[in-house]
Amino acid sequence: MRGNLAKAFELTNTQVFRRAALPKSYTDLLGRKLFLFLLTVQGLGAFALITLGVILRKYGVAKNVIHPRIRQEIARAGVALMPMFLFVALALGFLVVGQTVSALAKVGATNYLGSTMVIVIVRELGPLLAAMLVLARVGTAHVIELGTARATGEVEALEALGIDPVHYLIVPRVIGMALGVFSLTVYLIIVALGSGYLFAFLQDVPLTPGDYFKQITEALNWLDFALLALKTIAFGFFIAIVTCYHGLAQPLRLEEVSRVAVRAVTQGVIVCVLIDALFIVLYLLT
Amino acid sequence: MSEDQNIPAIEMRGVNVAAMRDASFTVVEDVNWPVAAGEFWVIAGQEHSGKSDLLMLAAGLMPPAAGCCKLFGNDTRTFGEAELAERLRVGFVFQGGQLFNQLTIAENVALPLCYQKNLTPGAAMPGVNGLLELMELSPLADVTPADVAANWRQRAALARALILRPEVLLLDNPLAGLGARHRQWWLHFLDQLSRGHRQLEGGPMTMVVTADDLHPWRNARRKFALLRDKQFIPLGAWNQVETASDPIVKELLAVQLETTI
Repeated sequence: MRGNLAKAFELTNTQVFRRAALPKSYTDLLGRKLFLFLLTVQGLGAFALITLGVILRKYGVAKNVIHPRIRQEIARAGVALMPMFLFVALALGFLVVGQTVSALAKVGATNYLGSTMVIVIVRELGPLLAAMLVLARVGTAHVIELGTARATGEVEALEALGIDPVHYLIVPRVIGMALGVFSLTVYLIIVALGSGYLFAFLQDVPLTPGDYFKQITEALNWLDFALLALKTIAFGFFIAIVTCYHGLAQPLRLEEVSRVAVRAVTQGVIVCVLIDALFIVLYLLT
Repeated sequence: MSEDQNIPAIEMRGVNVAAMRDASFTVVEDVNWPVAAGEFWVIAGQEHSGKSDLLMLAAGLMPPAAGCCKLFGNDTRTFGEAELAERLRVGFVFQGGQLFNQLTIAENVALPLCYQKNLTPGAAMPGVNGLLELMELSPLADVTPADVAANWRQRAALARALILRPEVLLLDNPLAGLGARHRQWWLHFLDQLSRGHRQLEGGPMTMVVTADDLHPWRNARRKFALLRDKQFIPLGAWNQVETASDPIVKELLAVQLETTI
């Protein structure tokens, strides 16, 4: 169990580079940044694979302890965020969807409404916005909680009790966040599309609700549903991996909390954008 | 008790102990130390002498930097998921307790039992409540560790270590920071455990404690060792400790004399 964590953290000790003296030239600086980037990628990759391995290998182990923890995490990364997502979805509907519907109606291009909505809301804006909000609200909490757990020796205490820290601390957070981002994205998309039409209706756009939703359903195909599920689960999984990795990587001192949290959020955003780019390629290929 | 009395509960041969926080730094070198079943060892040393690291290594929580450490005849270096049952024959009490702050005292004690036996909290509670009562912790069962005094947190950590009924108990400086009444309780309770506690229905327990003050552990049945200058020095029984010429031993004995003056 301890070996698992050691592989992810001790082999890729990026602190060596972070604490190194100032570089003498720009090429040194570039080289150091590149090494730092590669070590971080290696560490995150190892941590993701270890977590995936534990999820698969320990499926059903200690269900009476792990399942309530997973439910707790789903509540935290999903149910608890619903009021905030309602507000954001309404705003998205009014600001983006409503204006788009209105603009397309003005130029007589309402035939393109369905495909435009699917590309903008279902494929891109909905999943990415949901991921960013969950990262900001729950991801930062992961960094702080796990950093504190390391500092207070909770990880060693779990190992002494024969409890795998990855199974107890990481797996519920990863599953909770993956399911949370997926569910919240679906919720966000439905509310945004609904409120968007409401805004267009208030502007007297000549479009019946039947036509509006018919166009959207015609523009959607099975691949949109499949890739939406895959993409949002990937967002949640990797956000949890990045934030848990930075939380557990080292015992956090109080003055380090903000720096590590900012680094985790930055890397979380980068990972989400990279996953999004990967899915754009998939959409274009299919 | 170990099934085979001839196999030492813990056995170290030529072991180098690395620091828990920095594996590249060796804190104790060439440890040769057999702990027979039923023995009670007190490992004394000053701060940062490697007491906690030695204890963590003895529990199989980290591998030796060199040499061989065995628990009940099994090399700890090869310990994995399959050998978890062997690992759980050893209980560990950290200095300060290291309880899980988001759980209550009762949940902390129940956690290892629920996890290892896949029990619901309700099913684990009879055993947990019995242990909490034995430790006088029942009134604090539903309180989180942050709201409990350090004396009681340490006791809760002992309850958590005992819930899986280990055969060997390793305690890292258990008397550190305790009040006089609690120190007496601990010494009495550990003595009962080492002889075989009636209510816990177990045989005599093998015990290793670390200490930075030797006097409270004065007992003819106990064995003593010293960590000094990266060396593990077995001292023998209490009478040999009292007559030892080592300046560190004198210093560790003097702690008590100074506090009683």
